Amino acid sequence: MNRSVPLLFLNVFVVATCGLIYELLAGTLASYVLGDSVTQFSIIIGLYLFAMGVGSWLSRFIETELAERFIDIELAVAILGGVSAPLLFFAFASVSFFSIVLYGLVFGIGALVGLEIPLLMRILKDELDFKELVARVLALDYVGALVASILFPIFLVPTLGLVRTSLVFGILNGIVGLWGTWLLTPLLRPGRIVFLRIKGVFVITLLVIGAIKADSLTVLAEESLFQETIIHAQSSRYQRIVVTRGRTGFSLFLNGNLQFSSFDEYRYHEALVHPAMIAFEGDPKRVLVLGGGDGLAVREVLKYPSVEHVTLVDLDPAITSLATDLPVLAELNKNSLKDKRVTVVNSDAYVWLDRTDASGFDVAIIDFPDPNNFALGKLYSTRFYKMLRSKLRPDSTVAIQSTSPLYARNSYWCIVETLEASGFNVKPYQTTVPSFGIWGYVLAKGSEFETPGEIPADITLAFLDKDSMAGMFDFPVDTSRPDIELEINRLDNQALVRYYEAEWRRFE
Amino acid sequence: MFTRREILRAFLGLPIALAACKSASRTDAIDGRIVGASHDVGHILRDRRKFEVSADSWSDVNTVIVGGGIAGLSAAWNLKRKGFNDFLLLELEERAGGTSASGSSDLTAYPWGAHYLPVPFAQNTELVELLDEMNLVESRDASGEIVVPEQFLTRDPEERIYHKGRWYEGLYLYAGATEEDLRQYNAFYAEVGKWINWRDPEGRRAFTVPVSSCSTDAEATALDRISFAEWLRNKGFNSERLIWYCDYACRDDYGLTLGQTSAWAGLFYFCSRVPTAGEESQSFITFPEGNGRFVNHFVSRIKENLQGSSLVAEVIPGEEGAEVVYIDTKTNTARGIRAKNVIYSAPMFTAGYLIRGFNDSPPFVATEFKHNSWFVANLFLKERPKNRFERDFPLSWDNVLYDSPSLGYVTATHQKGIDYGPTVLTYYYPMAEEDTRLGMQKLLSLDWKELSDICLTDLERAHENIREATERIDIMRWGHAMISPRTGFIWGGEREKAQKPFRNIHFAHSDLSGIAIFEEAFHHGLRAAGEVLKQG
Repeated sequence: MNRSVPLLFLNVFVVATCGLIYELLAGTLASYVLGDSVTQFSIIIGLYLFAMGVGSWLSRFIETELAERFIDIELAVAILGGVSAPLLFFAFASVSFFSIVLYGLVFGIGALVGLEIPLLMRILKDELDFKELVARVLALDYVGALVASILFPIFLVPTLGLVRTSLVFGILNGIVGLWGTWLLTPLLRPGRIVFLRIKGVFVITLLVIGAIKADSLTVLAEESLFQETIIHAQSSRYQRIVVTRGRTGFSLFLNGNLQFSSFDEYRYHEALVHPAMIAFEGDPKRVLVLGGGDGLAVREVLKYPSVEHVTLVDLDPAITSLATDLPVLAELNKNSLKDKRVTVVNSDAYVWLDRTDASGFDVAIIDFPDPNNFALGKLYSTRFYKMLRSKLRPDSTVAIQSTSPLYARNSYWCIVETLEASGFNVKPYQTTVPSFGIWGYVLAKGSEFETPGEIPADITLAFLDKDSMAGMFDFPVDTSRPDIELEINRLDNQALVRYYEAEWRRFE
Repeated sequence: MFTRREILRAFLGLPIALAACKSASRTDAIDGRIVGASHDVGHILRDRRKFEVSADSWSDVNTVIVGGGIAGLSAAWNLKRKGFNDFLLLELEERAGGTSASGSSDLTAYPWGAHYLPVPFAQNTELVELLDEMNLVESRDASGEIVVPEQFLTRDPEERIYHKGRWYEGLYLYAGATEEDLRQYNAFYAEVGKWINWRDPEGRRAFTVPVSSCSTDAEATALDRISFAEWLRNKGFNSERLIWYCDYACRDDYGLTLGQTSAWAGLFYFCSRVPTAGEESQSFITFPEGNGRFVNHFVSRIKENLQGSSLVAEVIPGEEGAEVVYIDTKTNTARGIRAKNVIYSAPMFTAGYLIRGFNDSPPFVATEFKHNSWFVANLFLKERPKNRFERDFPLSWDNVLYDSPSLGYVTATHQKGIDYGPTVLTYYYPMAEEDTRLGMQKLLSLDWKELSDICLTDLERAHENIREATERIDIMRWGHAMISPRTGFIWGGEREKAQKPFRNIHFAHSDLSGIAIFEEAFHHGLRAAGEVLKQG
């Protein structure tokens, strides 16, 4: 036993390091996903220290088999601490009672860590003077804390990330437990040693598998994907929805693709909505918005006092609910989807157009995600545009978001030509949205029409005025219609999806 | 009777059976049944029972059409549009349609068999007239060929293939193909191209639709005397994936393996729908309900002349016309019709059983018309089948598994643009047995649970969630699904003989072409109706 003593002190050091790592992980993760780091760190540190106190106090109830209990606790901490980060990420994305899971986990780990040191001191008490024992154990405990707190921000988070750090320290904890079965052999009942070792190996294996598989966890992908704080995350039937907050405002991502950033979304949405509203001769009354479940295009539409009715068709009820329920988003879209004039329909726009009796819209605003798969590609086809035309009046105007004419020039012009092939007169236009780059739209109408000019006096805009409106319809050389013959996007060839794939792949 | 492993081995092969038998066959939560196709009533015919028709159960109709598949319906449609109304179509099943039958659920209609029609060339004027009548012709292009509205053409993504855990676009497995594989693939299409451009001294093509317009020149018809497998071998083709591709084509169109199919039929598949070598094959017209759309159109035109649940028991040719005895399967009573003409549009092998005196001096050998068996399962899913890899090629119209003896499945919601949530998948399995009778017995010996397990086990390899996602499986067993163009059949003489009337009985069926496709059935239906109209 005597020879093992220095090694047991090494154990104290590792245990202390692991303990603090778990605490830092929980604090970081909480402020990362919930925001407000001061509150989160404060609560988590306090709760964790309190839980350690509870653990220390509970240690008095452990009277026999100290070494065996110590190893058990070690393995329990390994599991709980090791899975803490992946578990919390997962819980955040999938359960509504995330804070209960968070604080419960912090308390559990804290209490177990709190049990460790008193037990270890009691195991060592026969080997050393009390004076020596207290001095060495506590000193090493605090050194471990220092090492952890320096390693964590400088090395662990940047290189391993939260999920791997958690799993790696869980493994370390597990190794300490397993190692303990050798160091503490004289104190263990011979019959129990094998069983403890099997438990130890099991725990370590489990965590190693977790560490290897960590990459395939969505949570890890998100962790590295989003540079900013996640303020909302959910998986709907159709897509993964994430809202982040950073220094310049907040952003919405669908399946990892940026939909808008609150910093410059007004540029995108003013350019999408107002040319079509102004190009309509007379006062637009009935407006159809396809896609755009975030309510931001509708916000622009509702600026026109003549608008009597807006029909918004968006596939995903999770998005349209978010637009009214997430305070930051509802504030940004000025509660547009709650306006009495707005009817929200959750359906695939293709299926909706095919079945609906609604018609006679003055203006249609089309704000679908880029055509990066076949299910979206059909929403840019001649069939789709012909169905749309049948729901409009001869003098109705349409605006379509049409990806970037710079990054995906063929795709953009393919959309333009598909609209022409569907019987629309078109006026392509583009503008700059810093979050996206150079962005393209198409203004379309059944009959010949003039480029929109004057913005009505009662409409207040942050981006467009008469001159900038006119300027959008000029295409510089690098974004103008290419010389090659482009295919028309039809349901039975989906040429657009193939152009888009080829063009955007260059930037991946 | 058989163990699960034995059944899976017989239908899916040993490796799949072994892998599957490690997991349990969970079908308990899945609803469904075997539907349609009256095998029991059908086999009454073989027993040659005599049926007494009471004197007051006789009626007179100018023309009786026996069998309401596409051939019989086309004949009826043609009579009707020529202003001829004195006819009655007798169909064994409650609803007409034959192997173009379809069903429907709240979500979508779905096929029970045939599910597409390649866009016909303008020269097939009568078929174009049908499409015109169904509003399927939008315009004509510069060369006069018809343009079909895009929503009726198979929507891209059209086809994908599953191989070793992943889905790839298309039906030919490009992934992992060696240079030699690709060389052979191109060489194969060069051979096909030669036959596409081939013309006989009279300027006829070797392969075109209908078969009756094909050249009878010996150079072309000689291809019928060897199997497609032999033809490929003779040309030096041995690339595994090319052989698979051709074998799949034979199983898909004919329910036969490469070795069973005549080389003429094999090349017909690749050549008949291509205008000139190097051009794209004609696009497919398709609907959620498959060719059920054509059936429903025909039925809407001839409703009052159509009588379902009528099992024709005997056709008795006389001096003036023929008597047709049939059983109303709803009341189980025998009835008779005295007709001037009969259009016989049931499968040809039944002629010997149904036509009195046929076997005394057979005009053709009815037993030469061999049919194979299929089963078709419609799987009703509450959610989409998941791919193992997110970036795999997505769910398509036609989804084929490379190492499966099945033909994979067609997605019924695809054409409607419904890309999320519940769907219906139609799974096809041909019994490509050497002995067709054995194939049918094997098929009929299995119950719903066993057949469901075969299709789930097959699909589970590609879609881990298939058992959880499936709520219901309905299965149709086609005992005599379609004519088999086995080596020697198409140009062997029997089918040409059968195109001539036997006394006042005019035969009309795709059997007479040796190729079970819509166009052939339609052609013979119109031909037979024309013969009747000529006689008045």
